[in-house]
Amino acid sequence: MRKFLNARGNSAFADRVFKWLMTLCALSIFAIVLLILWELMLRSGMAWHKFGFKFFFQPGTRDRYSGLLNYWDPVNGDFSALPFVYGTVVSSLLSLVIAVPLAVGLAIFLTEMCPKILRGPLAFITELLAAIPSIIYGLWAVFVLVPLLREHVNPLLSKYLGWTGLFADTNPTGLGYVAAAVILAVMILPIISSLTREVMTAVPHSQREAVLALGATRWEMIRMGVLRNARIGIVGAVILGLGRALGETMAVTMVIGNTPEISKSLFANGSSMASVIANEFAEAVSDIHRSALIEIGLALFLVTIIVNAFARFLVWMVTRGAPARVH
Amino acid sequence: MATNATSFRSKYRAATDHIVTGLAILATVVVVVPLVAIFVYLMLKGASSLNLDFFLKNPVPEGESGGGMANAIVGSAVLLGIASLIGVPIGIGAGIYLAEFGRGTRLANAIRFTADTLNGVPSIVMGLAAYSLIVIPQGHFSALSGGIALGIMMIPTVARTSEEMLLMVPNIIREAALGLGLSNWRTVLSITVKTASPGIITGCMLAFARVAGETAPLIFTALGNAFWSTNPNQPIEALPLQIWVYATGPYEDQHRLAWAGALVLIVLIVLAVSLVRYVTSRGVLKGAS
Repeated sequence: MRKFLNARGNSAFADRVFKWLMTLCALSIFAIVLLILWELMLRSGMAWHKFGFKFFFQPGTRDRYSGLLNYWDPVNGDFSALPFVYGTVVSSLLSLVIAVPLAVGLAIFLTEMCPKILRGPLAFITELLAAIPSIIYGLWAVFVLVPLLREHVNPLLSKYLGWTGLFADTNPTGLGYVAAAVILAVMILPIISSLTREVMTAVPHSQREAVLALGATRWEMIRMGVLRNARIGIVGAVILGLGRALGETMAVTMVIGNTPEISKSLFANGSSMASVIANEFAEAVSDIHRSALIEIGLALFLVTIIVNAFARFLVWMVTRGAPARVH
Repeated sequence: MATNATSFRSKYRAATDHIVTGLAILATVVVVVPLVAIFVYLMLKGASSLNLDFFLKNPVPEGESGGGMANAIVGSAVLLGIASLIGVPIGIGAGIYLAEFGRGTRLANAIRFTADTLNGVPSIVMGLAAYSLIVIPQGHFSALSGGIALGIMMIPTVARTSEEMLLMVPNIIREAALGLGLSNWRTVLSITVKTASPGIITGCMLAFARVAGETAPLIFTALGNAFWSTNPNQPIEALPLQIWVYATGPYEDQHRLAWAGALVLIVLIVLAVSLVRYVTSRGVLKGAS
């Protein structure tokens, strides 16, 4: 009897320790987020004190000799993140314009029209492509995409759309915002498409059947029965894709051109928030330079956290009723 | 007149249906064909560049031909070893909490949400955090800081996949174990986790393969190193870092090596993704289904 009680007591103790350990592991996820936030705030303090909130939208000073606007001057310790914010926003939005229609089309095909034999392999391919590292997309972009844009696509676009000023043929390298946007689109397509698919699958079958029973064609069924119910989740998927595009580093760094300038032409060289950190941080010339780069990192962290949380919330709103699915 | 209008209307509806079907198929083709083309291109280009020297030799000075990435492969192994030591236990622990103890509680929901959000944080930010956490106090770049950055990135992925795998284990098994008088922690470790272990292991592999290709967090933590090094306290080379340097350089021979390195990473990814898919779809969790 005594032995039994002892064993029981021990196991109760062990149970409690085990539960605490596991809870601690789980709580460490919170701790990591807070720690990152704290470290970045600590190390960006210098730039924050010197430039304040203006850091993100301060117009550049005109260079006395060249007449060009100078935003980013590591030598004199004068920094404005405006060109990087601009580059990030332009390349991400442009990539969404390219990726979203295609991703939604693909998701519609996969969930509503696709023959069963194709569904598995296609889903597998999208999953695989979502897992390929950014550096490899960058490698492909440098050696295949950029020459393609330079030789064939850019001349065409600037010939027919050059009058808008957005496609001025000023950059003979093929690098720039367009190249970055295209490779970003390729990278976020699988993510948007697989999440859209998940959301659309979560729409109950009774909705589809009800619309079909009223005599709807397939497209009407998709529009009224599926898309209308899933729209919030689809918006969530798109925003999640945006979050990925905003923080994407390596592929963008390899093709965006890396000049701290703001140009109206989409073919011009630019720079994004992530790319400037990747390029300059290891060789930063001064503490204020490093601090300014960390402040850009902090902004990137906060923006992606907010964007991701919002997107997850939207997706969760749609899928919460549906049975859990392993993906 | 009325019949005319209805027939026009039904024709219009049918036409719209066909057009949309066509557009969806077009979108699929426009997406899938280039993506598959990219993939095949990478495989072919990599395969034609890969040889035994790649695995056995250290890099040669710029401009010389030959050489390999032996030091980068070893460096990646060291970095991933450190990362796994951090990411796997904490990740699995968090997964166990989410699936076994916190099911349905508000805390678990908050943690799940945070993990998903953390998953979307750009990897370069992880590098900055590791830099400020370890490189600044230590005063020099090191493999340790790079490994920790990668380890932190593994945690959310491992936690979420472990949770999903554990949730696939039916409750009957837990109840049977508890009914036989096993204590709770024994039940979790020897019954639930063991049943789900193929899934958990592949989940870890997936996280491993993902961080294996991460470059951004290593640029200013592991830094890179032209020589053979396994010392965690020194800068170290990594496969993706080397690919980056070689791809942006002007030398044809280095480009070749970059393609070969890319192939190695891709093979790792393909293996991990297919394994995960196999485990989750075929019900390899024996006794679980």
